[in-house]
Amino acid sequence: MNRLFVEFAEELRAAGVPVSMVETIDAVRAVTEIDLSDRSALRSTLLATMVKDVKHLPAFDIVFEVFFSNAPPVGTDDEPGQDEGSSASDTAQPRDTGDIDELLRESLLEALERLDLEELRRQISRAVDRYAGIEPGRPVGGTYYLYRTLRRLESDSMAQALRDALGTGLDEDGDPLDGRLLDEDVERRIEMLRNEIEADIRRRLVADRGRDAMARTLRQTPVEDLDLMHASRQELDDLEHAIAPLARKLAARLTRRRHHLRQGRLDFRRTVRASLATGGVPVDPRFRRRRPHRPEVFLACDVSGSMATFARFTLLLTYSLSTQFSRLRSFAFVDSMDEITEFFGPGTDAATAISRIATEAKVVSADGHSDYGAAFESWNRLIGGDITSRSTLIIAGDARNNYRPARDETLGVLGDEARSVLWLNPEPRSYWDSGDSLMSRYGRHCDKSYEVRTLAQLEHFIEELVLP
Amino acid sequence: MTETFSSPKELSDSLAEVGYLADDHIAQVAYLAGRLEKPILAEGPAGVGKTELAKALAAITDRRLVRLQCYEGLDETKALYEWNYKKQLLRIQADEGHDWSEIESDIFARDFLLTRPLLEAIASPEPVVLLIDEIDRVELETEALLLEVLSDFQVTIPELGTVTASSTPLVVLTSNNTRELSEALKRRCLFLHIHYPTPERERDILRSRVPGLEAAFAGRIAEVVGSIRNMDLRKPPSVSETIDWARTLLALSIDTIDTDSLEGTLHVLLKYQSDIEKARGSLGATVSGPAR
Repeated sequence: MNRLFVEFAEELRAAGVPVSMVETIDAVRAVTEIDLSDRSALRSTLLATMVKDVKHLPAFDIVFEVFFSNAPPVGTDDEPGQDEGSSASDTAQPRDTGDIDELLRESLLEALERLDLEELRRQISRAVDRYAGIEPGRPVGGTYYLYRTLRRLESDSMAQALRDALGTGLDEDGDPLDGRLLDEDVERRIEMLRNEIEADIRRRLVADRGRDAMARTLRQTPVEDLDLMHASRQELDDLEHAIAPLARKLAARLTRRRHHLRQGRLDFRRTVRASLATGGVPVDPRFRRRRPHRPEVFLACDVSGSMATFARFTLLLTYSLSTQFSRLRSFAFVDSMDEITEFFGPGTDAATAISRIATEAKVVSADGHSDYGAAFESWNRLIGGDITSRSTLIIAGDARNNYRPARDETLGVLGDEARSVLWLNPEPRSYWDSGDSLMSRYGRHCDKSYEVRTLAQLEHFIEELVLP
Repeated sequence: MTETFSSPKELSDSLAEVGYLADDHIAQVAYLAGRLEKPILAEGPAGVGKTELAKALAAITDRRLVRLQCYEGLDETKALYEWNYKKQLLRIQADEGHDWSEIESDIFARDFLLTRPLLEAIASPEPVVLLIDEIDRVELETEALLLEVLSDFQVTIPELGTVTASSTPLVVLTSNNTRELSEALKRRCLFLHIHYPTPERERDILRSRVPGLEAAFAGRIAEVVGSIRNMDLRKPPSVSETIDWARTLLALSIDTIDTDSLEGTLHVLLKYQSDIEKARGSLGATVSGPAR
């Protein structure tokens, strides 16, 4: 049995959860204290001993599901395979398939309405038999089957039906609060349906392909390492949620590092002054305090279609760290530069700010395709006089100029005044200069160019910016 | 310690008796902590009952609660022990003329030691519950002070030797997750993430904490609060604020929650003006709602 837990730990590690040896030993010790047939106790135990960070919880749940799913509730997986549906379904077998569909939906709805988990799982198992059309050995992910099942079940109309069923007795023009609560309740139940279907499919896939192969396909990239440019909707949501804690931690780390760096060179005068108290022996050397380096930042983000997501994260993260900069002014551009600093004033909501940028900022003057040259010219007109030797210019963009004149000398003019010019490029370094990318031409005028494709890289960049 | 409990179920029943309603996961982890003699590291948003858990565990095991409140700048003289140097000075002065080696061995004795929470928990003759509150507030370096206590339940004092616990304390650490704790610390603990309770559990908490609250009404309160928590606020309402709100509603003898009564009492639940406005906005947005 120990072998099983060691394998479990290995799989967790592969899924990006750092499980140490001591923790594995703890887990093995802990499971001797519990009733192994109790699946939720087992989950709690392994979770408490092996996972020490909430952000690893989703990965843990999936791996746990894959490893310990062989104790399904009554009547689900006792007969794996395609023909289960016909044999396990009710004795009455209507000829008309429409009837079966209708019946199935009704029993699912009923189970959801009563929150009867056992019944729900039984019905889901039938639904997956019928609709998912799982082909043994076919290497597709579980989501494919999930959507297939959901589509055939018409989950949207199910939500409506559920809403009607739960909302009986609710006055149509009653209090808006009731409506809101009802909506959320329905949403929660549909989510539950979805999760259960997903779990059911996963169980079947594990049975089909074996644990190891399945676990491999389920491995997820941790949020910090997701590619910002190619994230799915769900992943974008995750990223958004990761920003605030990330910014908070980063700010705390920067403050702490500054704390350590505070001591500077020996302050001779104060050391001598202090030595008078000890008869001229410099017992207590005094040091100069270093001034914290708080750069004045001008941030320009390319917000054209292809870059919008990336700009969003750059803006969000920089703004949540605005305490770390003495002054932060931000700009957005497509083919013309406009200042957007005021949209992020204190107390404003990031989401509103972003949507205001989209509607109010004048970032397009011609046709809505990126034109870095024109953008730099208008930037020069906007801030040319404000740049000092303390300013840092940051440009976030892919440097794809749509074959327009580069006009990189404008960037050079701006850069001459500033302390430094930094470029963040969300494309992999190997793509730079391919096609219409002018990265190295612009890069010549920059002190440094960074490849920033993930939150982790973005975090690293900001740390370097504030603590050079 | 929790050896007296034969199952997580029993533990959670006892916790319920002292007014702490634990879900299965919390009960399981607390039970394991007793069995394995390992500290619990409880993490989660503010006000979900992390500190309460330690208090409740102390209550059901009839142990004294020793509490160490962490803050930035906490050091070993505040956490572990300190020599009572004033008393030592007096001792030296009182004994003038005596042999130094005699005095030395004398002044570095237990009598001259001021125990601080960690040492107190270790040295206590009867077992205690040690609560280390908001561990994420101390610096990373200070965290290291705790490691010896947490894994071996002992404190080493260079002049005296090692003080080992006569009975294993039950340790609960809490963290609001404002920074990453060190691997070394996490490794020594059982990790317990406490999230906001489900509406059902919150309803039960309300009923046990607010006497005179009807079940249906409590359920409704829990649902509304759950819905407000979904709103992406700066500070979502904690369980204690839910309880306050329930008490407020009871005191005002409001027995239905609709948009009006919610708006009037929203300030009990939410502590930031921007949150209150946001909640008003999205509650009103569902249907008509007063324009603001």
